[in-house]
Amino acid sequence: MTKYFTEEHDSFRQSFRSFLEKEVKPNIDQWEKDGQLPRDIYKKFGEMGYFGLNRPEEYGGLDLDLWYGVIFDEEIARMNSGGFGASIGAHPMLALTHITHEGTEEQKQNYLVPGILGTKVGCLAITEPSAGSDVQSVRTTAIRDGDEYVINGSKTFITNGVLSDFLVVVCKTDPDQKAKGISLFIIDRDTPGVSATFLDKLGWRASDTGEIAFDNVRIPASNMLGAEGQGFIYIMQHFVSERLAMAVGGYAASEYAIEVTLKYMNEREAFGRKINRFQVLRHRIAQLSAEIEMVKQFCYSLYARYAKGEYLVKEASMAKLLGTQLADKTMTQCLQMFGGYGYMEEYPLARMFRDTRLGQIGGGTSEILCEIIAKAMIDGRSYK
Amino acid sequence: MSTFFTEEHELFRQSLRAFLEKEAIPHIDQWEEDRRTPRDIWKKMGDMGFLGLSYPEEYGGLGLDFFYDVVFNEELGRTNSGGFAITQQVTQYMSCPNILKYGSEELKQKYLPGIISGDLISSIGITEPGAGSDAQNIKTTAIKDGDHYVVNGSKTFITNGVYGDFIVTVVKTDPEAGAAGVSLLILEQKMEGVSARKLKKLGWHSSDTAELSFDNVKVPVKNLIGEEGRGFYYLMNGLQLERLVAVPAAVTGCEKAIEVSLQYMSEREAFGRPINKFQVLRHRIAQLASEVEALKAFSYHCCEMYANDIYDVKLCSMAKLLATELCEKVATECLQFFGGYGFMEEYPMARMYRDVRVGTIGGGSSEIMREIIAKIVIDGQGYVKPKSSGNGIVERKTSTPGGNGKSESENGKAGSVIPDIGIDEIVKGIQSKASAVDALGKTLKFDFGDEQITIDGTGSDNQVSTSNPNADCTIKLSKADFHKLVSGNLNPMNAVMSGQVKIDGDMGLAMKLQSLFS
Ligand SMILES: Cc1cc2nc3c(=O)[nH]c(=O)nc-3n(C[C@H](O)[C@H](O)[C@H](O)COP(=O)(O)OP(=O)(O)OC[C@H]3O[C@@H](n4cnc5c(N)ncnc54)[C@H](O)[C@@H]3O)c2cc1C
Ligand SMILES: Cc1cc2nc3c(=O)[nH]c(=O)nc-3n(C[C@H](O)[C@H](O)[C@H](O)COP(=O)(O)OP(=O)(O)OC[C@H]3O[C@@H](n4cnc5c(N)ncnc54)[C@H](O)[C@@H]3O)c2cc1C
Repeated sequence: MTKYFTEEHDSFRQSFRSFLEKEVKPNIDQWEKDGQLPRDIYKKFGEMGYFGLNRPEEYGGLDLDLWYGVIFDEEIARMNSGGFGASIGAHPMLALTHITHEGTEEQKQNYLVPGILGTKVGCLAITEPSAGSDVQSVRTTAIRDGDEYVINGSKTFITNGVLSDFLVVVCKTDPDQKAKGISLFIIDRDTPGVSATFLDKLGWRASDTGEIAFDNVRIPASNMLGAEGQGFIYIMQHFVSERLAMAVGGYAASEYAIEVTLKYMNEREAFGRKINRFQVLRHRIAQLSAEIEMVKQFCYSLYARYAKGEYLVKEASMAKLLGTQLADKTMTQCLQMFGGYGYMEEYPLARMFRDTRLGQIGGGTSEILCEIIAKAMIDGRSYK
Repeated sequence: MSTFFTEEHELFRQSLRAFLEKEAIPHIDQWEEDRRTPRDIWKKMGDMGFLGLSYPEEYGGLGLDFFYDVVFNEELGRTNSGGFAITQQVTQYMSCPNILKYGSEELKQKYLPGIISGDLISSIGITEPGAGSDAQNIKTTAIKDGDHYVVNGSKTFITNGVYGDFIVTVVKTDPEAGAAGVSLLILEQKMEGVSARKLKKLGWHSSDTAELSFDNVKVPVKNLIGEEGRGFYYLMNGLQLERLVAVPAAVTGCEKAIEVSLQYMSEREAFGRPINKFQVLRHRIAQLASEVEALKAFSYHCCEMYANDIYDVKLCSMAKLLATELCEKVATECLQFFGGYGFMEEYPMARMYRDVRVGTIGGGSSEIMREIIAKIVIDGQGYVKPKSSGNGIVERKTSTPGGNGKSESENGKAGSVIPDIGIDEIVKGIQSKASAVDALGKTLKFDFGDEQITIDGTGSDNQVSTSNPNADCTIKLSKADFHKLVSGNLNPMNAVMSGQVKIDGDMGLAMKLQSLFS
């Protein structure tokens, strides 16, 4: 129990951790090989209520405070599979977030309720081959035709992009406009004209990252999510929670890396002593631990403010920037502590090292975060 | 907005800031050049009630909560003069807390009202030419001679040591005894045999730093702070505060550097545009600002723990490490924004750059901070806090699971190396040692969890048994550590200071372990 976490939080952590140890950990290696998660793990999460922690009760959620979400992210990081974390996280955190906040009653019944149960899985498709950081430049179009929209274009790097049941897609309803022309749509996977292929990638292997093409995809106008022309604003709003979560992922993965590294350093001997006796290695651990503790306390302080309703665009960007940078640094240095074993797949650091690398790219690159922070600091830009 | 500061705190901040802007900041350039800060500024601060914030009212203090001290240090940090800030930081937070916490009523009456009114300035004399980081190793002696101690030796790098009034001096009252021979003694600057040489240094120009020598200085016995032989423990207990107050000042120092840089960057033009339009500079600001923001949150977290009387050695060491290192980074990078002007004394960065350099050296160097943190997270050592009020102990466990797991397995390993001796054997071994020394006068218990060994020294000699009474002092440790202790393979003082061995009750009794096992 701490200032932020109650006994209930702690016991949730306990039970979630043992669930993960039993249902997830033993299967991770296989899922990493498969390049995807099996459907039944989503169902198990759904049965346990884990997708509905912060969702309203009327749709099957648990309506808990956001510290449960923090615990969720912290514990997921201990599985040492960025891909697992991405797929199991993108569904509730990206796709369901939009449906919860912008969805109509009908959309909530059709997607949020089964989403929380884990029987339908979603993804959020923003990035395109020619527009990543520059979200306003997306080219996928949604053109009104009677009471339908016709979608054309393509998306790439989409987590759950191949295997999800529905896609929340960022389109231009007015291709002549930039941000103001952007609207969101829900597209069912089995709609004619939707196709997707797997992308091969450095890490995050257990996650299906897809390139998606929309070829004259016709969907009912009622599949628009939220108001026309408001899509960009919705995306920006939810970036705060996504970035805070990625910051948590950064320090939590780092903490876990330190934990396994300390264990190894206590077992491995060189020159007649345990390697945890070598002062340079000890000081490296001390330095990393201090930085991790700081980023963690920083994130907690931000969640405490976020819980009170503060809108923390600058601060969440700062947290994600520091958290993901720290994770890169931690994995590089911890891998070093393992020597050659660090490079081997039987040991945990190889995967941590490659998985962590995505942190500074996805969800707003470090450079984009610096742009946001600089605008706030230097140009006095305020975000509302 | 803040969960840490009330409106009263903020009012206090405003008045202190206004005061410093009027009475101090316009003169700091001169003071830096003079290599000293004149006395009357401290007197003015005392008159305003800015000193002795959390000292008890009976000595002229205000009895306020710790977050007033946080504000005080934050505002000192904004003055951009480490030399100016350090004088009161040393007096209020490093030197005199020893008197307040452990000194006799007479000493408190004599010295505390003066440092709170701003009439007196004090210093803390730990470091010697031959012992800095390794403070146990000091050589200055104080030998009792009737109602006086005779002090001989020297100290160096002592802040306020030239123009201050008295020195809380770390001496060896028992030169043979290692840390257990260390005591704290108040020497007055004007005592015969005390001489000071002013040192020239890289930064902190408005502060006086002294090399002191003590040549047969006669110091009244009543100037002893607390008890003989407990000085090292007093010092260790004060270190967290000393390290912690550096942190809020570091945060605001960094904030101030960013503030003046942003101002400059909006005015300076190059290649036809204000330099704040260059993306690399912008991103550098973003990066620094993020790190400062995180440090600030961490600073408040640590200060809050301290305010709640939680003695977290790990957090304080981490905070001091990160804060002082970040200051160096911020000073270096912000100076760069100013180009050549950054190198000039008319602009603020030159001073900050040289002043922050001492942060990672004084008050426990970065390397020593990492040593402490490493012991906690790698060796799983816990740390103990003797509460200021009584003798109760709050035990802080490290939260890193790896650290904890480690200490268990280490104990397991030790058990397999050391034969699992029966409790009766242990009793026999310790009885022979205990019989050789004077009766303790109190009861001391070793608690291994499932079994206990008690030394009852209330009679004419020390009786060792396996009884389990409520002892005056209880020492919790593993059997393996106990064995190491008895066999001389574990230094009791280090084990206590590092928390490897946990003590509950009369700390003084535990200090006698050294003589019992040496
Ligand atoms: C494994 C994986 C999973 C992903 N999952 C999803 C998902 O589920 N949904 C989704 O929509 N997207 C997803 N993405 C996409 C991700 O959000 C983008 O990759 C990211 O936003 C960067 O865009 P980009 O790749 O087009 O890079 P670009 O925008 O082309 O950037 C290239 C480089 O230029 C830098 N740069 C760009 N603009 C500036 C600037 N103004 N100043 C300075 N430097 C700049 C960038 O920082 C980067 O270093 C995923 C990506 C990966 C790799
Ligand atoms: C301006 C200034 C003001 C000061 N004010 C005071 C004061 O008021 N009172 C006072 O008592 N002292 C004061 N000091 C002294 C300060 O506390 C010491 O300088 C500090 O503790 C370091 O001790 P040292 O200089 O003897 O360095 P050393 O202990 O000799 O260290 C030299 C180097 O070795 C490193 N080192 C030492 N041990 C280890 C280890 N185990 N592992 C790895 N590296 C190690 C250190 O980190 C350092 O880098 C002041 C110093 C300065 C510069």
